[in-house]
Amino acid sequence: MRRYSAFAIAREAARYHQGWERAWASPKPKKKYDVVIVGAGGHGLATAFYLGKNFGITNVAIIEKGWLGGGNTGRNTTIIRSNYLQDPSAAIYEKARSLYETMSQDLNYNVMFSPRGVMMLAQTESEVRGYVRTAHANALQGVTTEFISPQRVKELVPIMNIDGPRYPVLGALWQARAGTARHDAVAWGYARACSDMGMDIIQKCEVTGVRQSGGKVTGVDTTQGQIDCDKLAMLVAGNASHLADMAGFRLPMESVALQALVSEPIKPCIDVVVMANTVHGYMSQSDKGELVIGGGTDGYNNYTQRGSFHHVEETVRALVETFPIISRLKMLRQWGGIVDVTGDRSPIIGKTPLGNCFINCGWGTGGFKSIPGSGWAMAETVAKGEPGALASEFGLDRFTEGRFIDESVAAGVAH
Amino acid sequence: MLILECPYCGVMADETDLHGGGEAHLKRYGPGSSDEDFQTYLFHRANPKGVHFERWRHVSGCGKWFHAARNTMTLEVYGTYSAQTYEPPKAIINAVKKKHPEWEGPNMGEAK
Ligand SMILES: Cc1cc2nc3c(=O)[nH]c(=O)nc-3n(C[C@H](O)[C@H](O)[C@H](O)COP(=O)(O)OP(=O)(O)OC[C@H]3O[C@@H](n4cnc5c(N)ncnc54)[C@H](O)[C@@H]3O)c2cc1C
Ligand SMILES: [Zn+2]
Repeated sequence: MRRYSAFAIAREAARYHQGWERAWASPKPKKKYDVVIVGAGGHGLATAFYLGKNFGITNVAIIEKGWLGGGNTGRNTTIIRSNYLQDPSAAIYEKARSLYETMSQDLNYNVMFSPRGVMMLAQTESEVRGYVRTAHANALQGVTTEFISPQRVKELVPIMNIDGPRYPVLGALWQARAGTARHDAVAWGYARACSDMGMDIIQKCEVTGVRQSGGKVTGVDTTQGQIDCDKLAMLVAGNASHLADMAGFRLPMESVALQALVSEPIKPCIDVVVMANTVHGYMSQSDKGELVIGGGTDGYNNYTQRGSFHHVEETVRALVETFPIISRLKMLRQWGGIVDVTGDRSPIIGKTPLGNCFINCGWGTGGFKSIPGSGWAMAETVAKGEPGALASEFGLDRFTEGRFIDESVAAGVAH
Repeated sequence: MLILECPYCGVMADETDLHGGGEAHLKRYGPGSSDEDFQTYLFHRANPKGVHFERWRHVSGCGKWFHAARNTMTLEVYGTYSAQTYEPPKAIINAVKKKHPEWEGPNMGEAK
């Protein structure tokens, strides 16, 4: 792999950009791999990357039914934060956030991580109490957050109306080291690094069946034929129940559409991410100037990557109330992704009822932020056959044991 | 916008007048059952890509719970029916089969 650098740009500029090589190979599948990963989203690719980097396992295929990063990873609003309430969540999200800080250097790929600060508005008394509690929990967990006053909110975001008639701003949970990153670049950067380690990324190849013998997985059936493996890892977000069905087990999970939209580009007007859980909307501004807006999930199971139209109205109404200056903006695009929501709003990482088959899903509306931490923890789980410290609390067994990791407050709005 | 006919009051209700209640016809387990069965009942869901039997409540109308058969891929609705039943009525099953002859029938939440 030729490294990207300022020198490389100068070199290529001097020869009409003829020398850039393909970022990753597109091989035909081999008959057998040590590990087959289903799903080339951020989580699948990060798992492959850390299997190679941390455990030296490189005979790996990543199988993707569409194009890499074309699932939720390429559809999300890119908020990265780690101010969760429960200890196991704070641990894995903070690990992920810290890995984002050096990701561009680690992958030699600019993922445009921008620690611009994330602000979660408190607009009811119970939200104030909830966020003050989270700030205290974060202090104990070593995650730097603070509960800030309405005046500080106004200083940080002058375009915000903090005296709204319905829900005046009573304060906010502020994480200064949180922010955003370029979603496609995260997938592309990992894909390039994995391909460089000799792994096969096989796109336009759908897994249609899971082969097993004696209670252990032996391979998968795909639209490009049978592929055998010693270990199988499923990281397919909203399609996890579908894959689990092929492998013969059920998951405590439901799939729903979550949507986002972007406005026409305007001059810089907001340089932090603002989330307003009570009115259900959140917003940040991209480097191109578009306002990136997200809102609520559909109220019923579905696999249509669109989302209910009335949610657009709800979201925009909430944000116009919070940011009156956007009331005349035109929206450019709207899209949806299928998010995988568990009962306690926390992910599932670990073993499955099928031997040598591992699963990572349930990140729901908020798993972009966790990609590197999740990949790190999942690689360890797959390599050793047992979850390590970061993943162990997130096993499927927590639902039998009633050992929930309740993040319904922290993850109250879709992000 | 998803529109369902409430089988009780006959209103064609928009999704904004309804509240989804998730998978229908779950087999219930109470005190004394095994941890596995209890977990299955409380948390495991079929979450299929395709035909889904589910519970809905006509919140901004008559307030009653009812059932619907719907496709999670195409959003088409095969019909709605009373909540006073343990399984989908024949007419609903036939409506699904008419559209999808290859459909294998309802997967009634057996624990796997
Ligand atoms: C609108 C929206 C906004 C969001 N905003 C945020 C946010 O601000 N911050 C945040 O942290 N998170 C956010 N999320 C959540 C985040 O996008 C997801 O949690 C995360 O991207 C999941 O990554 P993944 O790799 O698990 O899944 P995906 O990126 O969906 O990848 C799974 C891949 O598996 C493939 N696949 C599925 N079935 C098969 C099969 N049978 N065979 C082969 N391949 C298959 C799919 O094609 C897909 O590419 C948002 C999500 C949405 C939809
Ligand atoms: Zn009614």
